Amino acid sequence: MILYILRRILYTVPIALAVGFVCFMLVQIAPGDPINAILPADAPKEVADMLRRAYGLDQPLPVQFWLWLTHVAQGDLGRSLATGRPVTADLANAVGNTLVLAVAAALIGFVAGSVLGGAAAAWRGTAVDRGAIGLAVVGVSIPHYWLGMVLVILFSVLWPILPATGISSDGSGSWAWDMAHIPHLILPAVTLAVIPTGLIARTVRGVAGDILNQDFVTTLRGKGLRPFGIFRHVVKNAAPNVLAVMGLQLGYLMGGSILVETVFNWPGTGLLLNTAIFQRDIPVLQGTILVLALFFVAINLAVDILQTAIDPRVRRG
Amino acid sequence: MSDLALPAAAVPAAPAGASYWAGVRKRLMRDPVSLVCAAVLLLMLAAILLAPVIAPYGPYTGSVLRRLKPIGFPGYVLGTDEQGRDMLTRLLFGGRLSWFLGITPVVLAFGVGGLLGLVAGFAGGWVNMLIMRTTDVFYAFPSVLLAVAISGALGTGIGNAILSLTLVFIPQIIRVTESVTTGVRNLDYVESARASGAGAMTIVRVHVLPNVLGPVFVYATSLISVSMILASGLSFLGLGTQPPEPEWGLMLNTLRAAIYTQPLIAMLPGLCIFVTSLCFNLLSDGLRAAMDVR
Repeated sequence: MILYILRRILYTVPIALAVGFVCFMLVQIAPGDPINAILPADAPKEVADMLRRAYGLDQPLPVQFWLWLTHVAQGDLGRSLATGRPVTADLANAVGNTLVLAVAAALIGFVAGSVLGGAAAAWRGTAVDRGAIGLAVVGVSIPHYWLGMVLVILFSVLWPILPATGISSDGSGSWAWDMAHIPHLILPAVTLAVIPTGLIARTVRGVAGDILNQDFVTTLRGKGLRPFGIFRHVVKNAAPNVLAVMGLQLGYLMGGSILVETVFNWPGTGLLLNTAIFQRDIPVLQGTILVLALFFVAINLAVDILQTAIDPRVRRG
Repeated sequence: MSDLALPAAAVPAAPAGASYWAGVRKRLMRDPVSLVCAAVLLLMLAAILLAPVIAPYGPYTGSVLRRLKPIGFPGYVLGTDEQGRDMLTRLLFGGRLSWFLGITPVVLAFGVGGLLGLVAGFAGGWVNMLIMRTTDVFYAFPSVLLAVAISGALGTGIGNAILSLTLVFIPQIIRVTESVTTGVRNLDYVESARASGAGAMTIVRVHVLPNVLGPVFVYATSLISVSMILASGLSFLGLGTQPPEPEWGLMLNTLRAAIYTQPLIAMLPGLCIFVTSLCFNLLSDGLRAAMDVR
């Protein structure tokens, strides 16, 4: 087991390096000279050349990549071109806010998806099943940024009981568990939860359905076990798969919340990314994407290891 | 990486023949959900293709005096937008770009990804290693993030949006194609074709391709729904389509300020994206069932 974990971690190292390479290349494919973004248009050529040397931009690409990598490894993601502040400072707050949103959405998705999928499996082939599956399809087909707007219209405009945008009503830009913040979380979290709800409902229906068809369930029924007892057995067997899907979804939600954060003005990584794109603030863009992608890689690793720990049959070479 | 996100690619039971396709058609014709979805999509396609003929106004013709008029306002069936342009006209013309932006990346990715996956699966060895490990790297990014990252770095514009979405879908199609191809390659009849002296090209053309194309095609159709949502999402963010071009995602963005005055009109472009995406999704599910692909 320990050997397996070590091997999985070792396998993650080249992936993480390649992720870093892709983020580094984002700057290279971006049109325009990064120096021009800092200097005024009429700056003399000598000044531009000097800056280029200072930033190491006159070096060949592999050297530049190595320089960038050593800085990143020391936790230095550069400075924002727009604000001059270190990227890590802005990023830390934004990651915290996005994490709150993504975890809330994953939990809502887990509960709603399990209930829908479980009901569909228990009453397979009936109207309940069709209704639950219909809802799941709607969940994966709906443009969630549009759903966010619909919810704002319903619960902030027509029946104003929840705030439409922002993270707090006291002007603070970071999350806290108090009444100034919690109402602001409800609409964005529900909106973001729509995607995992549909996927988890499908997974739970499939997995639970397969388990209900197995011989040991027939045996349990035959010896007179009540439905609740059977339910316990199904949960125990379905949990590893469902947890794995949910873990991966958390990673997707962290990276995929940009549209929802834009709709609700939620000051997370998505909004940071959005601002960076339109200010052509490449260091912020690069740093945010790197952190989110590495987070996703780490979650993948954690899910794999946890799943193997719970159920050794899924171990992969 | 975990394989859970990957649809289980089944090895097709029998080589596709004429009777197989007749069966597929018969099963599709008996599926009411697929029929309704296909009808809705065909109707929508006809409407957006005929936009220049049936639209009551020009897509850019606005009127400062007639901004944000309600649905049913005389002369404007679906009201007007924030610049006084006819909503029905804008929705019809907007559908052209939304459909184009949604479908093109999937078609391109189907071609490029399918070819790479076929090569990886059939060649095996270090070629497979090279292609599949590169694919793993792209799988390390959530797809929304990857699309935003690439088109954000490249800058706004329709071409960049299509390019970024194509790059998002290529790895997914490679994975499915590779796994189906590897499954087919090891079947007995391919082995016996090789033993009887058939060349690599012949084996691919006669034995592998017909069996791989179906499952990969079904998988690609399931991506159209995601692609429509992502493409309009990019335009919604301000990447992709630029004003004053009509496109559903961009229209949704510019109408955001109108949710307090004309909520119903502000909802219309999103409703169009939703209906299109839902129909493509259900039709793809129907096709999967009819073609007996898991």
